Order: sequence, then C-alpha cells, then structure tokens
Amino acid sequence: MSTLEIKDLHVSIETEQGTKEILKGVSLTIRTGETHAIMGPNGSGKSTLASTIAGHPRYTVTSGSITLDGEDVLEMSVDERARAGVFLAMQYPVEVPGVTMTNFLRTAKTAIDGQAPALRTWTKDVKSAMEQLRINADFAQRNVNEGFSGGEKKRVEILQLELFKPKFAVLDETDSGLDVDALKVVSEGVNRAHAQGNMGTLLITHYTRILRYIKPDFVHVFVDGQVVEEGGPELADRLEEEGYDRYVKGAGSAVAAPAAAQA
Amino acid sequence: MTAEATTEKARIGAPSIAGFTEEGEQLVPSKVDRHHSHGVQVMASRAERLTSHDVADFALPTGREEEWRFTPVRELANLLSDAPSDGDVLNVAVEAPEAFVQRTLRAGEAPRGATLVPADRAAVVASANADEALFIQVPANAELDEPVRVVLTGKGAGRRSNSHVVVEALENSRAVVILEHDGSADHNGNVEVFVREGAQLTVVSVQLWEDDGKHLAQHDAEVAKDAVYKHIAVTLGGKIVRLNSNVRFAGEGAEAELLGLYFADAGQHLEHRSFVDHNVANCTSNVLYKGALQGKGAHTVWVGDVLIQKQAEGTDSYEKNQNLVLTDGCRADSVPNLEIETGLIEGAGHASATGRFDDEHLFYLMARGIPEDVARRLVVRGFLNEIIQKIKVPALEERLTEAVERELAAGDN
Repeated sequence: MSTLEIKDLHVSIETEQGTKEILKGVSLTIRTGETHAIMGPNGSGKSTLASTIAGHPRYTVTSGSITLDGEDVLEMSVDERARAGVFLAMQYPVEVPGVTMTNFLRTAKTAIDGQAPALRTWTKDVKSAMEQLRINADFAQRNVNEGFSGGEKKRVEILQLELFKPKFAVLDETDSGLDVDALKVVSEGVNRAHAQGNMGTLLITHYTRILRYIKPDFVHVFVDGQVVEEGGPELADRLEEEGYDRYVKGAGSAVAAPAAAQA
Repeated sequence: MTAEATTEKARIGAPSIAGFTEEGEQLVPSKVDRHHSHGVQVMASRAERLTSHDVADFALPTGREEEWRFTPVRELANLLSDAPSDGDVLNVAVEAPEAFVQRTLRAGEAPRGATLVPADRAAVVASANADEALFIQVPANAELDEPVRVVLTGKGAGRRSNSHVVVEALENSRAVVILEHDGSADHNGNVEVFVREGAQLTVVSVQLWEDDGKHLAQHDAEVAKDAVYKHIAVTLGGKIVRLNSNVRFAGEGAEAELLGLYFADAGQHLEHRSFVDHNVANCTSNVLYKGALQGKGAHTVWVGDVLIQKQAEGTDSYEKNQNLVLTDGCRADSVPNLEIETGLIEGAGHASATGRFDDEHLFYLMARGIPEDVARRLVVRGFLNEIIQKIKVPALEERLTEAVERELAAGDN
C-alpha cells in the first residue's frame, strides 16, 4: 500500500506578463487501488497539476508539498520520480527522433527496474500488450511517437503504463482526441493495469465520457487552481448534466468554458 | 516544443506528372534568370559547373560564389593558394595486400585524372601540387575479407598538405577501402575512384582531425556497368572540413550510394556536398547524409545535387539529409537540388529535415525514468547509427560509435 499525498500545493509559471499562479492550494491524497478523477473546465490547472507531479521544469512550486510514502517528491529529478513509481501519461506525447520504440521501452524499463528485463519474457510482454491495445506490430521498429496519430500516441502512453507498472499513474486528458473505439481500448488498458492491485490512479479529464469505462472512486472538481467540490462517482453524473457553469460563476473566474455545449 | 521543419517532396514516378513533359521539366535554361545576378552567381544547372585541370581557370573564391557561399573562405587562404606541401607534413600508412599498392601516379599518368577533374579552386591546387598519387588497385575478381586501410596523419596545424589518391576496383572485385584522417594539417586531398564493370567497392573517408585541422576534398568516382559503389563520409573532427563526393556512371545497371555522417561541436564548420550525375540510363543512386550539431557556432552544410540527364532514362534516385540540433547556437544548412531532364524515369526524390532535440524530448524520456545523459546518448546514437551500420566493418563501426559518444560527452561539459 502506497500513498501519494499532495498538500496545499501552490504552483506558478513564468509568462510574458510575469509570474502567474496556476495552482492555489491543492490538497489530495491517493492510495493504492484508488481511482481519483479530476474534472474541470479548460484553464483550471488540471494539466498543471499533472505536469507538476511529474516534475516538468516549466512549473515552479512556490509552496506546499508532494510526498510518496513520505518521501519528498519535489526534491527528486524527473527521472528519479519515474523510478520512484510515478507515471505521467501525457496529453501531448512528443515525437523523439532517432529512438525506436523497442529500444526506448527496454531502456526505460531497465532504468525503472534498476536492471534489464529478462529478454524472453519482456519481448512477449511487449508483444501481447501491444496486441491488446491494438497497436500495430510495426510500431516497435518506428521511432517513438514519430508519425503516430493522436490516438496512436495515447495508446502508446497506456502501453508504457502497462509495461512499467508504476505505483501511481497520472493520466492527463488521455481521453482527448480519441474516438469511441479507441477510448474503449485505452480504458481497458488502464483497467487492466489497475486490476493488478498495485496502482493508484489520478485521472484528469474535461469530459465525463471516459468515466463510463473507468470508474472513479472519488471525483474532484477543479476550478481556477483549486478543488471546489469533492464527491463520489455520482458527482460525475451531475457534472454531465449540469456542466461546470455554476462553479465557474461561483469562482468569479473569467474562464468562460462552455462545458455544457461540449459535453 | 519541437521545432521540426520537414519537407518531403513526393517521389516522381512515371511521366504522367503534372508539369512534366516526356522531356522533363526543362529546368536548365528556362528557369534561370541571368539578368539579375547581383554579383552572386545564380544557381544554374550543375552541368554547367566549370571543371578543369588548369589552376589558372579558377580564381580565388571570395565567398560570394554559389559553391562557396556557406564556407568560411577567409580562413582557407593557405589551402586555396597554389602552393606545394610543407615537407613531410603528411604521414601516409597503408595497410593492404602488397599486390594492391601500385607505383604512384604522376599527373597525366593513366588512370589518374580521367575521372577527377577539379571542380573548384581547392581541388585544382590540390592535384596540381600532388606530384605523386597513391594508387591502390584491387585486382579483378579479388574478394577482400579485410578492408584496405590508409591512414593519413597530419603533422602540424597550419602546414599545407596536398594529396591525390587513386583507387581502382577492377572487374568483379569486392573491396572496402578506408581513408582515415587524423592529426592536424591544412590538408587538401583529392580521391579518385574507378569502379570497373561488375565490381563492388566501398570507400569510407573518416575525418578524425584534431580541433585545428582543416580539410578540403573532392572525391570523384566513375561507376561502370553493373558495378556498385558506396561512399561514406564520416566527419567528426577538424575545424573546417569541406568534402565533395561526386559520382557519375560509365555503364547501365550501376548503383551508387553516397552516405555521410557528421557531428559538429562548437566552432566546427563541417560541409558536405554530393553530386550524382545520372549521365547514363538505368542507373540507381541513393544519397543519405545525417548530422548532429551541438554547441555555439557549430555549423554544418549539406548541398546535394542530383542531375538526371536527358539520356538517363530509367533512372531511380533519391537523396535525403537529416540534421539533429542538440543545443542552441547551431546552424544547419541543407540544400537539396534535383534537376531532371527526362520524365522517363523510375523515380527521383529529395528530402531534408532538421529537427531539434529539446527540453520536451528530454522531459519525455526522463519522465520514463531515463537519466539525462542516457537520454541524450539514446537519441544521438539511434539517429546516427543508420549510417554507421552501413559501413559493415565491425571494428570501424565500433570505433566510430565510441567517437560519437566522446563527442556527446564533450558537450556535457
């Protein structure tokens, strides 16, 4: 049993107009086996939270803490966080020139586990995980994400989630840009990883539709860098009907996300 | 974010392409406006480029000429002057079966000069001042297990060296010839290659100069009927390197592959130019140069000319240059030029892509647990390995992989 604990997290970024605070005191505790959905309109800071957990250099933590089983995550470099068991499925996975998927997956697995995976089982694991995610076998020889469609990139993120077996998975809008079939395939991948029983999940999404396939235990509504409401899965249903309008108005934010129109 | 500019022109297939007549695009005379040159030579057809054995035909370049515009000519005065070598500036060690090394060739002694006709000032003064050319001849039907190795070691920065090497692979032979350049000098070196009928020859030119070495070169090859020629330029060291790799054909069914790999650090100028002259029908060519750049003032240039002449029906050709920019402050120039005078070809294409390895790539790999130094190595090694693995000489492949790693490690400091 592991715990990822976020306490009163304040995060800012540098913009051309100066420093801008994005997260204004976020607290959240995720334990092994739990799935937390973070929902909110565009610009509410959901992705900032995801990137900050992974350690993206663009985001500066001004106060608060993130700990993994008591260890200070903010003190760790990006690669150390990954080796400690944090996995970020990115919203926009980048194309990495010159590195084949095969080589990349093996190198990352070796780094995370601290030793090279046994070749025979590894090859088999990769192959079957790819099949289950309906990823073409020839992707293994292609460069990481190079020329992959948006949906293919998302599947490859979940492929890594299944292969690297993190303690905590942060899924940053993994559902965006997916059609219904792809959404199902990707959700099944997350559910398989979850079913192993050793992972906690932080699922960041704008829409409720992925929650039909991945059942959250907790739903947190994020507006203007803060959690404004928390509840169980029923909260997601309510959001589906009502959208984010009342929160956005309540927060007095200029973010005019027409969530209802997008739902 | 990734700043990747990719242009990939479609391969040109059979004649039914818009804009192409059966005679091709007629690029040569009609597209060139000769009245607006502004002192800079307009890019005319490659076929019109002057070639000559006579030094007097080539003025000293100013840097404004089309073929010199990327090159720091002001730093090359010593190399461009019509001057003899400085004594024993170059040590040449040859590892080859005894029967392969022939007497040296003086200017005018066949086959010297039959294929390599100098195409610029550097090449003409090099050959004019190289009294004796090393002559390596692979006997007909010979198949070599071990490569022929010629190590040219410069014995002093700023000291002038002229050389001319002739390699002739006789009928149906198979061989690999490696030219390794190390030490330091102002080296002006021409290489002339004959690949006779049915022969298969690979020439690898490795530039591992010290930081103050300068090297200008013209490598010309003529590939006969059904022969296969591979030229691989690997440039890692030297302050200024400019290597022209040219090929033309002497019979149908011939193949040429011009490959290159370069890694420029701060302050290095590494320039590669290739020219495939499809002067004969039914020949195949493939050009691929890949380069990495890191550090302030690292500059690479690739100019790839392919000319498919009117009579060269059935030609299949492709050329591509890819650059990987690892840090700020680098400059990669990449210019593919394709001239097609007949539409009756199998294919012709060109591509150029310059990508950056930036913070987002690094973040992605590190977010998967991969430490920074490993991430950089992974990317660069993967990128350049495509060329290294085509050398097919394991010992050299290994040494070059290590040399690339050293380049990377130097960039971390």
